[in-house]
Amino acid sequence: MTDRPYPESVSGPFESPPRELEDREGRPVSIEVFDGDRDALVEMYADFDPADRAQGIPPVGEDRIRDWLEHLLCENCYNVVASHDGDVVGHATLVGDDQGGYELAIFVHQEFQGAGVGTELLESLLGYGAEQGVDRVWLTVERWNRPAINLYRKVGFETTDAQSFEHEMSIRLRDHE
Amino acid sequence: MKILLGIGGADDSLAALHETVDRVQEVGDDLTVAIVNNPESGRSMDEIEQAVREALGETQCEADVRRVEGDPGSRLVEIAEREGFDRIVLGGGQQSPMGKIRLGPIAEFVLLNSHVSVTLVR
Repeated sequence: MTDRPYPESVSGPFESPPRELEDREGRPVSIEVFDGDRDALVEMYADFDPADRAQGIPPVGEDRIRDWLEHLLCENCYNVVASHDGDVVGHATLVGDDQGGYELAIFVHQEFQGAGVGTELLESLLGYGAEQGVDRVWLTVERWNRPAINLYRKVGFETTDAQSFEHEMSIRLRDHE
Repeated sequence: MKILLGIGGADDSLAALHETVDRVQEVGDDLTVAIVNNPESGRSMDEIEQAVREALGETQCEADVRRVEGDPGSRLVEIAEREGFDRIVLGGGQQSPMGKIRLGPIAEFVLLNSHVSVTLVR
């Protein structure tokens, strides 16, 4: 496995959570660091539109969702959730890899997509990560998912590999020590 | 059925090896194992061949085992088409730290180019 490339320049700073906002449809949404309420997360994923799955996640079925969430709620992971009216409507995560970087993913429930929640959630996660000492973040996205690629580019991600089915992007949050 | 299993030594290809050997035993398929060069796998052709021989030995499964030099994806497709294989079997991809499935370049090439059916083992 070759070393993953990261941009030279640092992006941000990004405001860390908590954030309170109103989405484009006027719904109040709050963004906070994940407080450990797994059931609320499972509930969102159980209701997740299968058409919005990417690269096999989230899995289908409560047991599989719970198993999968174990990987995301590990010790070397950072998680931020968006909630509306007591329900989780979005989740963004950083999962440590074995080279000191972090893999990022973000999921927004179908009823809250296209309303600006994703951008705020992504920025909040990057702000939280930087605050916790995360300096390098990468992700993969299916290359036909232009809206997602544009969103990542907007906050500072750069494409590092566009050769395969998945588009790989990375960002630097802090100077390398 | 004539099966061509491509194996480059990544973990998913070794999983595909075991599952394919089991299946061949059950249904009596005619198996050929093609060891290809996947620089990303970190395993040499010797190591892979040893794993293949062991898996075949354990189950007393008979198969033609060969080493295939050159570009793995295009060689597999070429062999499958030229020699009348019914199916190419490959590992179904590795998982990222958070569990995303990532197809390797060999699987991508074969999926897009093969006129023979392709099975990815998950």
